[in-house]
Amino acid sequence: MHGRPRKAPKPEDTAASAAKAEKLRALQSQLLHNHHNQIYTKEALEISAKLLEANPESYTAWNYRKLAVEHNLSQSESDPDTVKSIISEELRVVENSLKQNFKSYGAWHHRKWVLSKGHSSVDHELQLLDRFQRADSRNFHAWNYRRFIVALKGISDEEELKYTTKLIETNFSNYSAWHNRSVLLSHLLQNKVKGFFPKEKVLVEEYEFVHQALFTDPDDQSGWFYHLWLLDQTVKPETPLLVSTWPVHGSDIIVSAEGCLDGRALSPFTSFHSDAGTFPLILYFNEAVEGVNSSTVTVKSVFTENKDLVWKPLATSKSCAAQAWVTHLNVPDVKLHPSTAYPIEVNLGDSQGIISLSGSHCSHPSRFAFTVCVQPLSSEHVERQGVEMILWRDVNFHFYDAHIQESSPIAYFDRLSIKKDHEPAASKWHAKTLVNEIALVRQLLSEIDCKIGKLTLARLLMAHDAMMSYMAPHSHKKVHSEEVLQLFSDLMELDPMHSQYYKEAQSLVLLQQVTSNRESLLKHCCHHRVSTSSSVGNSVCLRLNNLSLSRIGCVEQLLWVQMLDLSHNELRSIDGLEAMQLLSFLNLSHNKLSSFTALEPLRLLKLLKVLDISYNEIGAHPIDRRRYLCSSPLSHSVGSDWNFNEFVPDDAKVTNYWEAFAIFRGFNLMQLDIVGNAITDEKFKSFLIKVLPTLKWVDGEELH
Amino acid sequence: MGGKIGELEAEKHVRYILLVEKRKDDFESVVTEHLRMNGAYWGLTTLDLLGKLEIVDQDEVVSWVMECQHESGGFGGNIGHDPHIVHTLSAVQVLALFDKLNVLDIDKIANYIAGLQNVDGSFSGDMWGEIDTRFSYIAICCLSLLQCLDKINVEKAVNYIMSCKNLDGGFGCTPGAESHAGQIFCCVGALALTGSLHHVDKDLLGWWLCERQVKSGGLNGRPEKLPDVCYSWWVLSSLIMIDRAHWIDKDKLIKFIIDCQDRENGGISDRPDDAVDVFHTYFGVAGLSLLEYPEVKAVDPAYALPVHVVNRIFFSR
Repeated sequence: MHGRPRKAPKPEDTAASAAKAEKLRALQSQLLHNHHNQIYTKEALEISAKLLEANPESYTAWNYRKLAVEHNLSQSESDPDTVKSIISEELRVVENSLKQNFKSYGAWHHRKWVLSKGHSSVDHELQLLDRFQRADSRNFHAWNYRRFIVALKGISDEEELKYTTKLIETNFSNYSAWHNRSVLLSHLLQNKVKGFFPKEKVLVEEYEFVHQALFTDPDDQSGWFYHLWLLDQTVKPETPLLVSTWPVHGSDIIVSAEGCLDGRALSPFTSFHSDAGTFPLILYFNEAVEGVNSSTVTVKSVFTENKDLVWKPLATSKSCAAQAWVTHLNVPDVKLHPSTAYPIEVNLGDSQGIISLSGSHCSHPSRFAFTVCVQPLSSEHVERQGVEMILWRDVNFHFYDAHIQESSPIAYFDRLSIKKDHEPAASKWHAKTLVNEIALVRQLLSEIDCKIGKLTLARLLMAHDAMMSYMAPHSHKKVHSEEVLQLFSDLMELDPMHSQYYKEAQSLVLLQQVTSNRESLLKHCCHHRVSTSSSVGNSVCLRLNNLSLSRIGCVEQLLWVQMLDLSHNELRSIDGLEAMQLLSFLNLSHNKLSSFTALEPLRLLKLLKVLDISYNEIGAHPIDRRRYLCSSPLSHSVGSDWNFNEFVPDDAKVTNYWEAFAIFRGFNLMQLDIVGNAITDEKFKSFLIKVLPTLKWVDGEELH
Repeated sequence: MGGKIGELEAEKHVRYILLVEKRKDDFESVVTEHLRMNGAYWGLTTLDLLGKLEIVDQDEVVSWVMECQHESGGFGGNIGHDPHIVHTLSAVQVLALFDKLNVLDIDKIANYIAGLQNVDGSFSGDMWGEIDTRFSYIAICCLSLLQCLDKINVEKAVNYIMSCKNLDGGFGCTPGAESHAGQIFCCVGALALTGSLHHVDKDLLGWWLCERQVKSGGLNGRPEKLPDVCYSWWVLSSLIMIDRAHWIDKDKLIKFIIDCQDRENGGISDRPDDAVDVFHTYFGVAGLSLLEYPEVKAVDPAYALPVHVVNRIFFSR
């Protein structure tokens, strides 16, 4: 029982309780009798009132009273006095029941039901609410009822905003009031109501208001959550933006039908080999958008007619929104036009139609252009590629020579992300606000050590860095990243319960550092060679191994990657990888992936050939945290290709296999390493080989 | 991973639940008489998670459940009580525990539930029109277990849930209502069961949820509230569905739940040394299950049934 002390009942209590129970039981059976026999006399109603005042949760009794009200109203022949007395009696019973239990769903709903009949004044209701909200200012039933009454009476959002000000000033810790304030203010800002425009002015006032709460009690969460919302309102662009693409603007892409030519160190940014006769075109936005299609994006090329291009959201669910979108262009016939550079131009944002989830249109026109050149393929190379197995040992990797010519990965670095100077006035205000807030939180932290203040400071600094790098494209430095990393380290010590949260945030900052400039990125780029003499494919590998990463980020900077080593990290999830459409070789060994369902993003990587998931925790946990983040029969999100039973051995426990099936069906993997997971046994391996008919190597052994 | 064998008083909890099932005369059982169907679901699921469901006389329970069904297809909370969507789900869940869904006229129940969907996609709890995202979850969970989700307009149902999303990433009972962990479970659960979790802002909601863990290790349901064992279920299952459960300290939460046991007479309470009840006993044991506590069977975070029961429904051949 909520909040009632545990103690052995005394004999006299037991007796009293038995008597009470006896009385209540009698009322209950009388109520049910009257209900079943449709008896709505005054005496019968009195019994239900007594029952509800003792036990307001008895929902059948409320239903009975509703039937009685309807019956008695129909008998009243619209005599105003009779109607009035019927209604006021109901309100009285509700009020008494709420005194017994003001969290009774049934009682609050009965009151709404009665008032919706329209026979009574609602003037009294706000006074009643004041009493309840004074007794418990967080009672969400009362708050919900308040919104109901406010709508019924047509009270304005401005008026209600004043009410939240009053409550917050009485008690800064009233999260319910802060919440209601955020709801009301969003309406007012959205509708540009007089006095609530421009948004900047309103936000400045709100910041001042919330500062009082933060300084009064820095350890109270209520104000900080509101502050986070204000920060989001400050930094979030009002419309979705294109932030990066592949190919990048100004690049000259070389496509070979299969493999690359010997003896040429091709840049991973510019060369791409395709078995399927197509190559991808990727758009990456700052937030998930809908409506990317051949009418909102125009691709001018000689390869494929714009209208024939099909754009797909790179989302791991059935969502039609995604941050990254892809389409595939046909590779032109190699024999007819060798070594011609074909220009391709992409335009978007000219017409409305690309929309964020919050409904705002991508309204900044973007244009990018590149050329595509087709290389004839080397038959010798094709042959060799067919027999080599990828080994991820350190000896197979060789660091890039930093003095290599301009066609190395960094040549196009500055163009990896798209930067524009949108709405300069607004940006200036945004930057100024962030600087103010940073100074203020620093001041607060100099007085008191407060975890949520530190977290806020880290968030503010990150937002500031992001904004500055966005506004000043050529000085792309994350000036605060060292300080932010330190803040997260402090937080892990200060608040060990949430250390994994801080660690993930730290991983993201680390990845920002790695991808923020040429030099640091180059340190992680390696050539991959099977032996000293030969190289496999276009084998520049981005090695992000051994960095204690628990989260993947900055994918927009990494769309060019074809070979990625994420081994020896602490990844539990690989969300985000789905945007890296060129990825063919992926090493995820020695991480913390705990189920096949965690690999769902890989289902969107159609070029993936080599996958290492050895030494993870797949099968080691009874609770699958990714169960509902992947398509499966459990969430009614699989299509007609779910022919699972055909693949499972007759004597196997089906439930051990469905997750692997959910992920791997339809994959074209050549090489899979899976050793070192709890799930793997011989029977399971033979199931995998059945599901993945293209496999040539499993755990280093060639299949026959 | 925490959880020492022997700290969970499993046997005493089983005895406590059986005792509550039998007890019908004290004040507590009279005052909760109208929600006995709910209680049966809590108690029986706990028994199953503790591996003791076979103690119960299955036929007796099944015939009592069926006596609570009305002509409309809905179930009441007890014999003689009106049908309500809450008790309809509990009845279906209880039958699922016993692998007895075949006794049901599935169309009849499905029509009852589909009839409670409103034009805006929301659901009423019964014919009297109380609207709440709890009922959206219940409708979706129930139809999903009966494998006839196509009886309702799922897209509208999802849109209504999304209209209850707040600026802190959480969800409330109705549009504009404050985020509350129990309500978040319902909304996230409904989105999970319809393959719609892409609508959830997982990092924002995940942080709000993980901040529900307070110094004692227990979880509260809203900011600046006291911890309560029942949120071990509401918060943790939501965190698991969006894959952010590692953001809380599992060992400390296990300790909090263990400390809420009545070590003498069995049962689990909201906070240490409070009076126990079946509701909190279920949420404590289910919470331990989500925490992968030894000797407790795995529970499914969205269907709120043991994983083996859910798998039996969806993967048996």
